[in-house]
Amino acid sequence: MVAKPLSRDEIARRAGRDIPDGAYVNLGIGLPTLAANYVPADREVVYHSENGILGMGPAPKKGEEDPDIINAGKQPVTLLAGASIFHHTDAFAMIRGGHIDLALLGAMQVGANGDLANWSTGDEKFPPAVGGAMDLGAGAAGVWVLMEHNTKDGQAKILERCTYPLTAAGVVDRIYTNLAVIDVTDDGLIVREMAPGLEFDELQRKTGAKLRLANDWRAIEV
Amino acid sequence: MIDKRVSSLSAAVAGIRDGSTVLIGGFGASGIPVELIDAVIAQGAKDLTIVTNNAGAGRTDVAKFLASGHVRKIVCSFPRSAGSVVFEELYAAGQIELELVPQGTLSERMRAAGAGIGGFFTPTAAGTKLADGKETRTIDGRQHVFEKPLKGDVALIKAETADRWGNLTFRLAARNFAPTMAMAADLTIVQTRRFVDLGAIAPEQVVTPGIFVDRIVEVPHPVEPGQTS
Repeated sequence: MVAKPLSRDEIARRAGRDIPDGAYVNLGIGLPTLAANYVPADREVVYHSENGILGMGPAPKKGEEDPDIINAGKQPVTLLAGASIFHHTDAFAMIRGGHIDLALLGAMQVGANGDLANWSTGDEKFPPAVGGAMDLGAGAAGVWVLMEHNTKDGQAKILERCTYPLTAAGVVDRIYTNLAVIDVTDDGLIVREMAPGLEFDELQRKTGAKLRLANDWRAIEV
Repeated sequence: MIDKRVSSLSAAVAGIRDGSTVLIGGFGASGIPVELIDAVIAQGAKDLTIVTNNAGAGRTDVAKFLASGHVRKIVCSFPRSAGSVVFEELYAAGQIELELVPQGTLSERMRAAGAGIGGFFTPTAAGTKLADGKETRTIDGRQHVFEKPLKGDVALIKAETADRWGNLTFRLAARNFAPTMAMAADLTIVQTRRFVDLGAIAPEQVVTPGIFVDRIVEVPHPVEPGQTS
């Protein structure tokens, strides 16, 4: 069987299925934001934005955008019934005080020790920008990373130790990629699920850190 | 009688000194006090440090402030964003100093200044290069970084409604940094879309109490950030 890596939408779909009912969730820009589209309809999830919103809804219809209802990526969003608005320091007290149950984030690299690198490649040609990444990494109760398993030129993004500047140390709980669902544990990286048709040896070759296959592993349902 | 209203933008920004630290509300385009920024540029204070989440886009508001040559340093969490051309040019040319601060730490440092707290320990940035040179302490088994308060000489705020005591409300998520900055500066200057009578804002709906506000000017039709001002 030929391995069938997940598309970006399928990564989002797989992660979205795991967001529990009642969770307060912050979604990073890009792939993590897509996950909201795939949370099962019978679950009530409250989305948080750094600029002071709880209860964000989907993008507005064209022509109904409000410049003062935006998400952290500055994109127009909507407010659901039950939404609340608060100032920035409270928004970050929710993050830094551990009140946000889950942050779904993108990453450039993840370490086997749970280190997260998602804000800088260390290239000094570009001015640095960090936004709320370090607050989310350090503060959210749970941190899930959604990303491609490898860079465009085939480099591993899951490493024993990150080589890029860290965003937060030892914070990642779970990694969803186009090839696998991996838990970061005190005993190292445990593969819970693999893309359909993928052999463990191939997954290990594409990963820069030692993996262990869970006894009860299964193929990712997409 | 307390009346914090002033009749013009130039009166609102009068007296800002060279070398001041100026806190500027807003996140992306939402909540940026565009008219107050233009007034401070015209007022002419130089060698300023500005504290604001983003470094502007296009050539208006915060970007125009940077391009004016009046700003020596920016304290910011996310200076590089779509359209931040002025900042990127100045940064590449070595003509602006950048202090990069995680967004929550930026906000909390200003809150600390406003609340009279001499700094705080936070796990944010622990183990990263943004903690380089800072005091660290292990609290309950977790490494924390010491962050100092960040005080403004001046804050520039955009509100939706204001009364003569300086009680404020904000429009939707344009609130963002404004309440924290209002309490963190010696001189808090507000542009409001409209003045209302004392008592017109229900007491439990006042978002920023007037004690944190010094001057208010009415700007009934503010330009949206990014538009030509």
